[in-house]
Amino acid sequence: MNSEPNPILTLAWTFGLMSLFAVGGANAAIPEMHRVAVEVQHWLTDKQFADVFAISQMSPGPNVLIVTLIGYSVAGVAGALVATLAMCVPTAVLAYCVSRFLTRSSKARWPSTLQAALVPLSIGLMAASGLILALTSDRTWVAALVTAASAVLAFATRLNPLWLLLAGGILGFAGLIG
Amino acid sequence: MPLESPPVAVPAPELPTSSPPGLIALFVAFAKISVAGFGGVLVWARRGIVDQHRWMTADEFNETYALCHFLPGPNIVNLSMVFGSRFRGIPGGIAAFTGLLGPPVIIMTILAALYTHFGEIDALRRILAGVSCAAVGLLLSAVFRMMMPLVKRRDWVGLLLLAAVFVAIGLLRLPLAAVLLVAIPISIAITFAMRRGAA
Repeated sequence: MNSEPNPILTLAWTFGLMSLFAVGGANAAIPEMHRVAVEVQHWLTDKQFADVFAISQMSPGPNVLIVTLIGYSVAGVAGALVATLAMCVPTAVLAYCVSRFLTRSSKARWPSTLQAALVPLSIGLMAASGLILALTSDRTWVAALVTAASAVLAFATRLNPLWLLLAGGILGFAGLIG
Repeated sequence: MPLESPPVAVPAPELPTSSPPGLIALFVAFAKISVAGFGGVLVWARRGIVDQHRWMTADEFNETYALCHFLPGPNIVNLSMVFGSRFRGIPGGIAAFTGLLGPPVIIMTILAALYTHFGEIDALRRILAGVSCAAVGLLLSAVFRMMMPLVKRRDWVGLLLLAAVFVAIGLLRLPLAAVLLVAIPISIAITFAMRRGAA
């Protein structure tokens, strides 16, 4: 970025555009958020990105609100609001229009084909999210072990995820993760 | 968080849905769902909409969620808009949308301000580092759960597409829009061709 555009406008169009490509929800857009926020715009460091991901996961509300944190770090309260609305309004409007259209037309065959086509792509995006976040968070062997243990426990048991986050926080506080 | 639900007198328990909610009811219901929803709001949305308020049957909820899941963007946010507008038009959609996002955005903004001021404190940095390790594990487990159906029915084409997107985004770090503008048409063409072949 040679010129310095208004950061609020940059937030608005970055997240507004990103939301339309967030196939599979907010977690599928994490690689793109990381690419833009850390690598392209330098809004956050790698460590800060891992931190805001952690905060968004342990706070109430939809996971998409990681963009509120990113927006705040760029331009304060206004940035937080603009980033959130940019990420949420365009697709909500799209969803409204599509649902109106589908309830009117009875021959809703194509959505199932489209859905089947999009599922593998959205899982691939989320797998990429997992990789990128693991690379930013797991800087030690112990950290990687904690991630692996949390993945296995969450996969194999019906444990409330909050307990796993709490356990991670305690291990971190004890200085085991570094 | 146990939602305070006074035992509603439902005369006919088999009736799937109750009377349509008003704007304030929509706002309050989605605000409650949202603030209760640590680590994913979907479970609470289902509980509130289907079990507690009986605004939709389980099937109607699944259908609405499926629609919102295949559209881009945050699924549950899409759901709030579609759900609210189904009962009260566009104002209803906006009521549910602001209920879902308003309270947590305020909480998140406060947390962001605290992080800006105290993020450098060593103890907090260590705690967040630990939480993010665990949170990444949760995300990975969600990925495995979603992959299992593809693995079980030996959907090699789907798994190959999945792997291609993973490599392009995760390893090569290509821009999302560019990758999807190539991947979506290919995936649709393959899916369409295979369904015609199967039919």
